Amino acid sequence: MDSGLRLSLYRTMVLIRVFEEAILREYHADKRPAFDIGAGLVPGEMHLSAGQEPVAAGVCAHLTAGDAVTATHRPHHLAIAHGVNLDRLAAEIFGRETGLGRGRGGHMHLFDPDTHFSCSGIIAEGYPPALGQAFAFHRQGTDRVAVAVTGEGAANQGAFHESLNLAALWRLPVVFVVEDNDWGISVPRSASTCVTSNAIRAAGYDMPGERVEDNSVEAVYEAAGRAVARARAGEGPSLLEVHTLRMWGHFEGDAQAYRTDLEGVPGRDPIATYEHALRSAGLLDDGQVKTVNEDAVARVEAAIAFAKSSPEPAPETATEYVFA
Amino acid sequence: MTTTETPATTAPAPTASGRRLTTAKAMVEGIAQEMERDPSVFYLGEDVGAYGGIFSSTTGLLERFGPDRVMDTPISESAFLGLATGAAVEGMRPIAELMFVDFFGVCMDQLYNHMAKIHYESGGNVRVPMVVTTAVGGGYSDGAQHSQCLWGTFAHLPGMKVVVPSTPYDAKGLITAAIRDDNPVVYMFHKGVMGLPWMAKNPRATGPVPEEPYEVPIGKAAVVREGRDATVVTVSLSVHHALDVADELAADGIDLEVVDLRSLKPLDRETVLVSVAKTGRLLVVDEDYLSYGLSGEIAATVAETDPGLLRSPVRRVAVPDVPIPYAHPLEYAVLPTRDRIREAVHQLVRA
Repeated sequence: MDSGLRLSLYRTMVLIRVFEEAILREYHADKRPAFDIGAGLVPGEMHLSAGQEPVAAGVCAHLTAGDAVTATHRPHHLAIAHGVNLDRLAAEIFGRETGLGRGRGGHMHLFDPDTHFSCSGIIAEGYPPALGQAFAFHRQGTDRVAVAVTGEGAANQGAFHESLNLAALWRLPVVFVVEDNDWGISVPRSASTCVTSNAIRAAGYDMPGERVEDNSVEAVYEAAGRAVARARAGEGPSLLEVHTLRMWGHFEGDAQAYRTDLEGVPGRDPIATYEHALRSAGLLDDGQVKTVNEDAVARVEAAIAFAKSSPEPAPETATEYVFA
Repeated sequence: MTTTETPATTAPAPTASGRRLTTAKAMVEGIAQEMERDPSVFYLGEDVGAYGGIFSSTTGLLERFGPDRVMDTPISESAFLGLATGAAVEGMRPIAELMFVDFFGVCMDQLYNHMAKIHYESGGNVRVPMVVTTAVGGGYSDGAQHSQCLWGTFAHLPGMKVVVPSTPYDAKGLITAAIRDDNPVVYMFHKGVMGLPWMAKNPRATGPVPEEPYEVPIGKAAVVREGRDATVVTVSLSVHHALDVADELAADGIDLEVVDLRSLKPLDRETVLVSVAKTGRLLVVDEDYLSYGLSGEIAATVAETDPGLLRSPVRRVAVPDVPIPYAHPLEYAVLPTRDRIREAVHQLVRA
């Protein structure tokens, strides 16, 4: 793999992690000593994506801003990798008028027409609108594609299966991505899913299915490349499952007492693993690692500062934007 | 995201045309004219192609526009209604048919959590210009899962407009307005107003329809009969019943005013209030369920504005909070029939 590309994948993952660490800090900063989910500058449920960066970096490296990405309740990594403006993303998380949705959406309901990025807080229900984006791209005579992402828990929802069937039937340019982070909140995949790999379900819909087992960004990149190329060529959808890692709780405030795999988590950090690989290949040294991190911190802290200094929406505007 | 330029149209008077169509044919004509004008309009749903729609909502469209624009779907309402939403976000103008509104349970998330909320959640940055057409209503023994109206449920939820035509003229004008609207519009057509050859129908299911495209404005009610003694506010097939009763009671010296709401969201409260201010008496007739619905909303509108407008208490005729029964005598015991409307008017004007 091209060394420039490898460094680019690394930089994307670091940027995501630095962003999530900053949100983590800001989220908890004013929820002490007693945790109150509705308190503080960033209130509400907060689902952070640390550990799942390889999916976002590896898939979105194949996309341009003209392609669509539909994410889940845990959307920041995909938004960042797809190029959503960091300032407006942070401002939406802080509920500010300058945010992607002028503070009407929040962190689970992000919509960016500039990059055709959106997400849904309802499990599996982001898939059907992605079909329509793909349908429109095809009808408009372009080779743009729609990437639809869910978690492994969503693969047991009706909308998931309806969408795979319709996308295959109409040969829509969709790439279905399943982020298998082992846990549907507190329920392990083994207790929810009758197959060991959701990729094999693709056979039921006459489309290619592939599972990346080791949360390697390069393996994701290679597999996603095949799926995106197939969609762009008009050959129809594919299903790609990545066995990834939820490093933190389902949401912030989740004590994770149910988790039996926490001890192994630090050793599975995909960014540390990739950094080690790039160092071994002679592509990274201490100075470069420092630079990549400092660049990410500068961008993220600028976004956080932009958000914090932006105005809150005026209460009297709460009923605006219901209709166009 | 694109917004299609739409031609300015002045709605011709309903009586300006001598040509008469059924409601179904008027609806199809409106769709066809918009598909002709705007290549981003397409129709998808179950049995909307070769069959032409179970309730004749798409008759002839496949033959005219081909399978790329009139698309039969799998029985996968979440997938195809969501597909319509995504296509609308990307600048197309889909019309998606939910065969019976009773089926909303298998796909409501796509409608109320996605189609209807995206514009708001995006702070107005994303538009969802689409139409959901759906058949409503009972009266032909189709039972509890195929006879509901449920417009109160849709109108209760924010972010989607809801229109309910009762005449051929309005059916064409409202579908045209719905397709051109930049918001999601739920277009609910009662099977009993469509003028289907295989179902009992009121003569009002056929009426004059101008040939040229025109819009009936969404959010504007119509006073379909002027009168002095009491106001009947209603919608859809019940408009036909209310007008029948008004004709009968005129012979008894009772002069009813009938308001056809036509749109439930936005709701034309002003027309209701003006009428009630004139007559001082209000009967709401609704084929949807009684509680927490349209009839309560109309009564609340008057109560919140000026209860002094009323010379007697508001009366309501609606489905009394039971599933729609199968057996004919049971079904007609709960539907807002002419008999129930007539009885309620008598009680109202005697009060």
